[in-house]
Amino acid sequence: MPDKTILEIARYSPEQDTNPHFQTYEVPVYKEWVVLDALNYIKDKVDGSLTYRWSCRMGICGSCGMMVNGEPKLTCATFLSSCGGHKIRLEPLRYFPVVRDLVTELSDFLLKLKKVKPWLIRRDTPPLSQGEFLQTPEQLVSYKQFSMCINCTLCYAACPVVGLDPVFVGPAAIALAQRYNMDNRDQGAGERMAVLAHPEGIWGCTFVGECTRVCPKHVDPAGAIQQYKLKAVLDWMKRLLPPSHSHKEGQGESLNR
Amino acid sequence: MDASSHDVLLVGGGAAGLRAAIAAAEVSPKLRIAVISKVYPMRSHTVSAEGGAAGVVKPDDSLDEHAYDTISGGDWLCDQDAVEVFVKEAPIELLQLERWGCPWNREPEGHIAVRAFGGMKKRRTWFAADKTGFHMLHTLFQTTLKYDPIARYDEWFVTKLLTDDGRVQGVVAIELMSGKIQAITAKAVILCTGGCGRVFPFTTNANIKNGDGMALAYRAGAPLKDMEFVQYHPTGLPFTGILITEAARAEGGYLLNKDGYRYLQDYNLGKPEPGPVLRSMELGPRDRLSQAFVKEDQQGRTIQTPYGSVVHLDLRHLGEKLINSKLPFVRELCLKYQNIDPLNELVPVRPVVHYMMGGVSTDLDGATPLAGLFAAGEVACVSINGANRLGSNSLPECLVFGARAGRAAARFAAEQKAPNGKVLTQAVDEERRLESQFLSKPDGGERISTIREEMQGSVESGAGIYRDQKALTRSAHKLQELQERYRDIRLEDHNRTFNTELEAALELGFMLDVAESIVECARARTESRGAHQRTDFPARDDGKFLAHSLVYRPAEGSCRVEYLPVKITRWAPGERVYGQTSKEQPEEVPTRRAS
Amino acid sequence: MNPSTAKPRPAYTEFHPRWYRPRVSVYWWLGEWQYLRFILRELSSVFVAAFVIATLLGLRALRNGPEAYARFLHRLQTPTAIVLSTISLFFVLFHTITWFNLAPRAMAIRLRGQRLPDIVIAAPNYVLWLVVSVAVGWLVLR
Repeated sequence: MPDKTILEIARYSPEQDTNPHFQTYEVPVYKEWVVLDALNYIKDKVDGSLTYRWSCRMGICGSCGMMVNGEPKLTCATFLSSCGGHKIRLEPLRYFPVVRDLVTELSDFLLKLKKVKPWLIRRDTPPLSQGEFLQTPEQLVSYKQFSMCINCTLCYAACPVVGLDPVFVGPAAIALAQRYNMDNRDQGAGERMAVLAHPEGIWGCTFVGECTRVCPKHVDPAGAIQQYKLKAVLDWMKRLLPPSHSHKEGQGESLNR
Repeated sequence: MDASSHDVLLVGGGAAGLRAAIAAAEVSPKLRIAVISKVYPMRSHTVSAEGGAAGVVKPDDSLDEHAYDTISGGDWLCDQDAVEVFVKEAPIELLQLERWGCPWNREPEGHIAVRAFGGMKKRRTWFAADKTGFHMLHTLFQTTLKYDPIARYDEWFVTKLLTDDGRVQGVVAIELMSGKIQAITAKAVILCTGGCGRVFPFTTNANIKNGDGMALAYRAGAPLKDMEFVQYHPTGLPFTGILITEAARAEGGYLLNKDGYRYLQDYNLGKPEPGPVLRSMELGPRDRLSQAFVKEDQQGRTIQTPYGSVVHLDLRHLGEKLINSKLPFVRELCLKYQNIDPLNELVPVRPVVHYMMGGVSTDLDGATPLAGLFAAGEVACVSINGANRLGSNSLPECLVFGARAGRAAARFAAEQKAPNGKVLTQAVDEERRLESQFLSKPDGGERISTIREEMQGSVESGAGIYRDQKALTRSAHKLQELQERYRDIRLEDHNRTFNTELEAALELGFMLDVAESIVECARARTESRGAHQRTDFPARDDGKFLAHSLVYRPAEGSCRVEYLPVKITRWAPGERVYGQTSKEQPEEVPTRRAS
Repeated sequence: MNPSTAKPRPAYTEFHPRWYRPRVSVYWWLGEWQYLRFILRELSSVFVAAFVIATLLGLRALRNGPEAYARFLHRLQTPTAIVLSTISLFFVLFHTITWFNLAPRAMAIRLRGQRLPDIVIAAPNYVLWLVVSVAVGWLVLR
């Protein structure tokens, strides 16, 4: 007989409810089961109306984020047995509008992603026949960590600034901007700086550090933002110097074959 | 009813869909392009691909060699003109992706690094750490953000293709957020919905891979090609389906049956040595390993678990130091997602479905026989993979044929009249069907999960690794029964807002159609080739079957299967040297890049 | 709902007004230990400022002569002042330690391709602090 545990899940349907309420379900606990497996068990066998997102079941698609006992977690990477106690509380990710049950509304997040221009910006486009832009392994390593973001938005659920100030661009977006800034092939750091050196950009961050703590991919968005702040200050100081020392566009010309 | 209109509509937002959208946008900035996907694009299953993408770049390599490896690996069922186009454009596409910012691994002076991969005789696989698909997908998605003409319908579920006058003119889709059902008309529709691994019970595929596009095309009258060719990977975790890379075996892991015995020695795969020996025992070809598993299972020598029968992968003797330095990702996956530590526990593994070689039949430009309908990526069958796909060919396939389909669809759309209003009545009918069959239906005795599990069990037993006439016929009957019972499904969720139960029911309908086509094609092909192994017809039969199977949906009665000869240009069919190359390459080189 | 196009348009559906939007409470910072720690860290700057002001007042008292200074010292020795000073000391220490520990996060210094570990950047700060404290202490207690 497997052990059992109680799941206390936030339910909400805009067609019937004005506020969420909690519903409890009893689920078996197996050594290999994660919270997501318990949710699937409920949906398949007990209550087909339970609504949540999931896809890859291996922590790479970023769909299954929710609050597990008050902590933002990926449910596919959180074992039932590690949640402690006999009751597990599941709620949708904090600081997002709730569409239904455990599903949050993400269009605002996507607008913020787009705002920071997360693509390679080049002044020139050499023809493909010239081959790849050269990038040494050391240059790759300098931005690699920030490129690992799976857009799971756990960091947004952890950041109190996101909750208090809805126009704050947020940790994942700034980390992604910094990923491109530090890519030696990119020449758009200035354009991104113009967007992000603002109270709703990097200066909205007060370095609470929660985003880095909850990130399942160890992207360290807090570190990215503080590095960005340092750079913004240095850029500003350089602009105060006479023109011959003024800041050159981009990280240095990209090496081309 | 609401309706909106576009010139080119991409169904599916993975590597193929996003690449096609960019290609169409580059043909003409005036085109109105839209990507419609049931999940946000960065959730598409492309994201989980790990190994790499093959493209000829090194001076000691040649296009002909890549082509030959692909064709022989595919057991000569590949269309050689398609393969020639593919190997030529693959490096160009991969380079284009580099220009868009993809963080490919590099050699010390800065050039693209390539590594060895199973079935490839030369090193030509580009890679981005061990998360190639993730980096490719995110690069593509972030690049599409800068093209203003590309609109997106995120979390809209397509239920039907709209056709009129022999031409596909759009889709009917449910906006999951609100439950609204709407027609989206388009001059050209490109299906990029991926494969159908979830038709099987044990698969590496995500929950979203239900063969949606294949079923949509099938129901609209387009033929599906080579559906019987389903690729298994011999070692996957039984419960989650997570792939355990061959590197674990290349470093010296053993495969043990329930008696702790290295059973592969009974299957002509060499003698058991303490260390790994190339092309012998645990390093034998993938399909031989999967077949050995099935035979052990039939003789009752596998271990029964609540998640199916398994054998054990034993890594304990390798020691902590080796496992942490050479196999850290294997250990991490086992620990993080299935709570098993390979250091001191046996890892349960079994063959799992990994890729679908078959799909919607297309030509070199992604066009299907149905005007206005195109397809690219795993959902399509061009065919470059033939009877067995080589590792690291599927990612460049999405790029090459995604781009070609995007350009072809853009050119096609530019010459078309706007879709006529008649299709809107079809959309209204579809809305009524969804209401009456699911949303407003008060009764019904079947649960979605019950039918789904029975379908998966039946397909695995009939159209699994080994097939024979009796098992296939049993499967076919069972699937017919399930189609009947499907009509009796009852939903517990009658809300309109984000109804994932309705989505699951519709996906199950798609999967039943796809399963039916797989079983029919397997029944009709009385030979063994590549991934399709018939115990009652164990030999390859080039005389009758050097051809693709095309299956058409029945108006009534059973499916119609026809044959389309394979296009041979320069390489005459030969003996397939089983799986491995003659140069002793392991399938995935067990290296972890410094990151 | 219309698809997202170039111009970000608010996306409304029939149920949009009823998506549940929980209000963030004014007491959000009491909800979690990490948030409380953060607020205390930010609050410590108030005590740092208070300490600076006290030092300035002391300097002014020094300039105004020995009686002014004696009065100043006397005020510092009342029980309330001692309690406040102790609390301030705690907060200033907390402020310093968290600052030193977090500073490396803003600096990604790479040597031969590897990022320098945080301790390499934080340690010199601590060492300098110790050296300056010892020097000042020696000057004062001599």
